[in-house]
Amino acid sequence: MKQLLTGNAAAAWGARLAGADYVPAFPITPQTEIIELLAQWFATGEMGGRLVMMESEHSMLTAAAAAAATGVRAFTATSSQGLLYAMEMLYTVPGWRAPFVLVNVSRGLASPITLESDHNDILAARDSGFLQIHCAGCQEVLDSVLLAYRLAEDERVRLPVIVNLDGFTLSFTREPVAVPLAAEAAQFLPQYDAKNIRFRASKPISQAVAVLGGSPYSYFRYETHLAALNAVDVYEEVATDFAKRFGRRHAAVECYRSDDAEYLYFMIGAFASKAMDAVDRLRETGMRIGLVRPRLLRPYPVNALRRALSGKKAVAVIDQNLSMGKGGVLVTELASALYSEPGAPLLASYVAGLGGRDISQEEFFEIAGELRGAHTRGSAPAPRLLYTAEELRELRKLQAIAAVEREEIGGRK
Amino acid sequence: MFRIRIHGRGGQGIKTAGRILGTAFFRAGYEVQDAPVYGAERRGAPMFACVRAGREPIRERGLITRPDLVVIADDTLVGIPAAKVLLGIGKHTVVLIQSALEEANWRTRLGISNPILVLPGRALNQEAGEPLAGATCAGAAARLVGTIPRETLAQALREEVSSLGAEILERNLEHALAAFDAVTANAGIVVQTAGTAASDYIPPEWINLPFDPAQLSAPDIYAAATSVEVRTGLWRTMRPVIDYARCNHCAWICSTFCPDSAIALRADGAPEIDFDHCKGCLICVAVCPPHAISALPERAVPATQPAREGS
Repeated sequence: MKQLLTGNAAAAWGARLAGADYVPAFPITPQTEIIELLAQWFATGEMGGRLVMMESEHSMLTAAAAAAATGVRAFTATSSQGLLYAMEMLYTVPGWRAPFVLVNVSRGLASPITLESDHNDILAARDSGFLQIHCAGCQEVLDSVLLAYRLAEDERVRLPVIVNLDGFTLSFTREPVAVPLAAEAAQFLPQYDAKNIRFRASKPISQAVAVLGGSPYSYFRYETHLAALNAVDVYEEVATDFAKRFGRRHAAVECYRSDDAEYLYFMIGAFASKAMDAVDRLRETGMRIGLVRPRLLRPYPVNALRRALSGKKAVAVIDQNLSMGKGGVLVTELASALYSEPGAPLLASYVAGLGGRDISQEEFFEIAGELRGAHTRGSAPAPRLLYTAEELRELRKLQAIAAVEREEIGGRK
Repeated sequence: MFRIRIHGRGGQGIKTAGRILGTAFFRAGYEVQDAPVYGAERRGAPMFACVRAGREPIRERGLITRPDLVVIADDTLVGIPAAKVLLGIGKHTVVLIQSALEEANWRTRLGISNPILVLPGRALNQEAGEPLAGATCAGAAARLVGTIPRETLAQALREEVSSLGAEILERNLEHALAAFDAVTANAGIVVQTAGTAASDYIPPEWINLPFDPAQLSAPDIYAAATSVEVRTGLWRTMRPVIDYARCNHCAWICSTFCPDSAIALRADGAPEIDFDHCKGCLICVAVCPPHAISALPERAVPATQPAREGS
C-alpha cells in the first residue's frame, strides 16, 4: 500500500530496508530529515546498528568508507557545500573499492549562498569514481537506494554509489510511495556477503597503499574506470530483477514517448516530470516530441543514449547546472556521445533551474518551438539561460534598493 | 487537478496544514503532492505550503503559480509584498482568509472580484499559543473542494497531529472540524483546472543577460550592519512584554539569550525590547529569572502601542 512520503523520508526508508548497519552523519539543509528519521529508527530499535554524528562531512565520508571496508553495509547522506567539503575523500574512497551508498540532496552551491536545488554539487563529483543515479520522484528515491546497494556490492563493480534527489522539489515534497515489505526488500537485497572485504582494526593491513610512479598508478585508476563501465550492464541486470519483483522498471535511460518522436527534451532530476507534462500537451497539438532522461550518469550509458537519440531531428538539453566559461555539463557530455554518429540530432542547449528557479510550462512549449525552428534552419540556436525580462526588472529593483540602503548606512559606493 | 496554496507564518502550523490537506485528499482517493516552501528563517517569517491533488499522477512541481484556492491563514501577510499571497490568481481562484474583518472590507482592500470567503479569526487560537491557524484553514479548505468527507478530514488530522499528544490533537480536531462545518454553504466552490494548453499560451519574454561589471554584479553588500534595515519585527505573532515592576535588572540574561540582539539596556540598567527587530520567538520569556516577561498576542496589543512596527 502506498503512503505519502517526502523524498528525504523515501531515502531513509531505502537505507532502512537495505538494513544499513552504520550511518555516519552530519546535518545540512535540505538533507537533515534523512538523518533525523534514521536516528529515530536506530533509537527505537526499528533499525539495528548505529548512527554516529561526525564533526564534518569530510570525516563522515571517511567513516562511511572505512566501515564499508570492514564489510558492513554503510549509508550516509549530504548536500551541496557538505559534499564539497568532503571532496578530498570523495575522490579518495572509490579507490578503496569498498561499496556503500551516499545520498546527495542537490542544492545550489555558493556564491551566493542558496538553499534550493541545482546539480552543480553532484556534478562536481562526476569524475570521482562514485557511480551516480539521478531521481525524478520520491518512489524512485527509495527504489534507487536499494538498486544502488546491489550495484555497488556486485563483484564486477565494487564501487560506492551516489543516489541524487533534488532539494525542496523532492526532499520536502510528499508523494505517494509504495514501501516494499522488509522481507521482499531482503530477497532483492540479501544480507551483504563482503567476501574478502574484511578490514579489522585488530588485524591491521594496508589498504589503498601509496603507489609511486605513473605506470602502476595508471593501472589502478584504469581498473576503477573499467569497474565503473561494467556497471552499465550490471545496472541493467539489477533493474530487471527489481522490475520483476516490484513491478517498477527504473531504466538506466528513461524514455517517455520518445520512440516515434522527432524532437526530444533531455534532462535529469525532478523538473523532468514537468517535461513529461509538456510532452503530453504538445502531443495534443500534433508535435511528435518525447523526453529522454538518463538516470545513470556514471557510468554514462552511451549506447542506450545513442539508441534513444539517433535519428531525431533536434534535442533540447536542459542543464540545471552551469560550468562557468563553458555552459551546460549534460550537453557537453551528450555531444561527445553523439559526435560522428550517423543521424545525430541537432543539440539545443538551455541552462535553467539554477538555485531552484522554476521552469514554467510555457518555457517548455517555447523550447519545443525553438527545436522546430532549429530543424527548419538546419542549425542549433545559441545556448540560452532561461531568464525573462520580468526577472531582470525585479533584480534591477533589488539592486536599486541595495544602492539606496548603502547610501543610508553610509557604506562604500 | 486541484492546486491549493496556504500562506501563513512559521510557527502557525502551515506546513502541517499542507500535510493534513494532502493526507485528506490521499485518503479520499486522490493522487497527491504536498510541500512546504520556506527560507532559512524561523518562527514568524512568511511561508506557504502547496497542495496538489488529482486523479492522475502529479507531474507538476514546485511553486503553484496558478492556484485554484489561496488560503491566507494570517491576514497581516496581505500587506507584505514579499509574501505574494495573491500570486497568479485567476478569475476562478477562491480566496479564503482567516480574519476578524468582513468580506466586504477585504473585497475593497484586495480589489479583486474573485470569490472571497472569510473565516472568522478565533482569538482563542492565539491565546492558547498553539499553532491552530493551520488546522483551521486545512479544515475549511477540505470542505471548499467539496470531495473530502468530514470523517476523512478527521482521519487525516489523527495521522498528522497524533504525535503531538491527545490534547493537542483534540483541539486541532475541534478547530478543523468547526471550520469544515462553517463553510458548508460553499462546499464545492473550488474548481479543478487543467494546465496551460500548448496551443494557447503566453510565450515567456526571454532575454539575454547583459554583462554587468563585477562592481554591480558581485553578490556583495558594500556596507555593514544592513540587518538593521530588515525590520523583522513584522514577523512577530506574539509580543514579549516586560513588567518593569518585577524586572530585577539582570538584563544580561534576556539580552544575551535574545538571538536577534533585539534587547538593549536602558540607562537605568533595565532591558528594552527593540520591536522593529524582535521576531517574537519568546526565548526571553522562557529565560527571565523573575518571570517578568509575559507574552501577548500581537492582535491583542492595546491600540496605544503600535501593533507592528516596521511594516
